[in-house]
Amino acid sequence: MIEVRNLTKHYGDKKAVNDISFTVNDGEILGFLGPNGAGKSTTMNMLTGYISSTSGQALINGVDILEDPIKAKSYIGYLPEIPPLYVDMTVYSYLNFMFDLKKCKLPRRSHLKDVMTLCKVIDVKDRLIRNLSKGYKQRVGLAQALINNPPVLILDEPTVGLDPKQIIEIRTLIKRLGKNHTVILSSHILSEIQAVCDRVIIINHGVVAADDTATNLSDKVSTDHRIIARIDGPKAEVLQAIRTIDGLKYVRADMEREKNIYDFEIEAEPGIDIRRDINQITREHGWDILMLKTMEMTLEDIFLKITMGEGIRQDDLR
Amino acid sequence: MGAIYRREIGAFFSSSIAYIFLAVFYIFAGLFFTLDNIAVGSTDLSGVFSTLFFISIFLIPILTMRLFSEEKKQRTEQGLLTAPVSLTGIVLGKYFAALTVFTTAVSIIFIYGFILSLYGTVAWMTVLSNYLAILLVGSAFIAIGLFVSSLTENQLVAAIGGIVCLGILFLIDIVASFVKIDWLQNILYDLSFYTRYYEFTCGIFNLSSVLFYISTAILFNFFTVRVFEKRRWS
Ligand SMILES: Nc1ncnc2c1ncn2[C@@H]1O[C@H](COP(=O)(O)OP(=O)(O)OP(=O)(O)O)[C@@H](O)[C@H]1O
Ligand SMILES: [Mg+2]
Repeated sequence: MIEVRNLTKHYGDKKAVNDISFTVNDGEILGFLGPNGAGKSTTMNMLTGYISSTSGQALINGVDILEDPIKAKSYIGYLPEIPPLYVDMTVYSYLNFMFDLKKCKLPRRSHLKDVMTLCKVIDVKDRLIRNLSKGYKQRVGLAQALINNPPVLILDEPTVGLDPKQIIEIRTLIKRLGKNHTVILSSHILSEIQAVCDRVIIINHGVVAADDTATNLSDKVSTDHRIIARIDGPKAEVLQAIRTIDGLKYVRADMEREKNIYDFEIEAEPGIDIRRDINQITREHGWDILMLKTMEMTLEDIFLKITMGEGIRQDDLR
Repeated sequence: MGAIYRREIGAFFSSSIAYIFLAVFYIFAGLFFTLDNIAVGSTDLSGVFSTLFFISIFLIPILTMRLFSEEKKQRTEQGLLTAPVSLTGIVLGKYFAALTVFTTAVSIIFIYGFILSLYGTVAWMTVLSNYLAILLVGSAFIAIGLFVSSLTENQLVAAIGGIVCLGILFLIDIVASFVKIDWLQNILYDLSFYTRYYEFTCGIFNLSSVLFYISTAILFNFFTVRVFEKRRWS
């Protein structure tokens, strides 16, 4: 369990993180979402005791990271943005070193083997870390975080540098770890957060812009009735006809997808279902609907919407 | 501390810094041993010991240069600083690793003593007191070198910075000989690493000097810990 209360970090005049509060429960996977420079890594560095906070408090399993750092750190497995790897060591000797450093009491051989198997680095265990590809380095970084089986995992952009297949593997692994660990992970990849996390915190300019479950966040905005329809008919006439629908907000022809066939982006007032009206119109004119789908808002849209809104509000305040 | 100590010992040898350090150390020690003892048929090792002091000024910063600077550059310090270990443990682990390599180097003196004992009588007590003295000097120098290494992320800067610092400490002695104000001169001589060391090579065992070197070592290790504390809070 992680409790963060009014955490703030100033670098000189710059407020990198400003009054952030949240709680992560046991067995929960929390996603940290935010654009570059939002303060994700800074927050994680404060949670793990790498840097101190200017004010506020962070409790790891009830232990204050600044009051009893050694105890609090012993609960955490941390994968920083740049994995802290000694490139002149082999994978095995490095993990063995981390085993000692964390004063791990588990049976050495079997634990190291388990961790290496889990992160799929067992095949390269005798290779120098210097000679590994970026993806493998990232996995060794994840492996060192898992050593001593800490109850809390803090992963800063864990899938950076991995290929699509590996990304899916690591996500699956994190999801599995999430069952009996408390996990915070940050990412730029929104589908990743959507796929892995139970809860999302969107952070921008060092403040929390949104804190909700992943599904709630999607739901909130998908009530908007936005439709994409591919209609086989003369563009100008189609536009004209659609404009006559009651409750229509806006319509525009997108790209020419097939010869003389356009995709139309249609948005109605929230709460109004216009799919039947569109059918009606096309039937009357003898046009064909080749495709009809709702433009469900992805987390990406939510993300942009919320952070951009916040950004404007922040700027207004200044 | 143990884990860091073991890793550093391994790194000393895998990065071949230990080999370079030992080789250069043995070349110079051997050279002066040959000139001072073998060539003139003397069993007094004091000459060799006084040159060890100068060798240390140049070689100890080489030994300590990458201990912290490289951690900073490779971003590995983040792993250490977020591990459940104390800052003191981190600093001392590295400190004792360097001290171990240095002790290995200096222990060559017993081989020299043994060689000499084949030809005449060796004053073993003097050798021991000299040995202790160079170890004490080394302990202080290593702490200073380690401190300099914690200030930069460039090995070369750490090495040169270390040599300059140790050089200045040696120069205190020369400065002192020019100072004509009595009390100031006395303070400078008190701070002089070399004067205290020279006493040892003459066979004078001075407890205050022992304390002087040990407190210097403790002080600079403390400074290094402070460097990390300060950076965390900045
Ligand atoms: N040591 C530092 N000194 C001064 N400013 C800093 C320092 N570290 C971070 N910052 C600033 O704090 C802000 C937050 O940075 P942070 O690294 O936490 O962002 P992030 O959300 O992790 O971004 P990214 O997605 O690029 O990793 C940035 O504006 C950054 O420039
Ligand atoms: Mg970051």
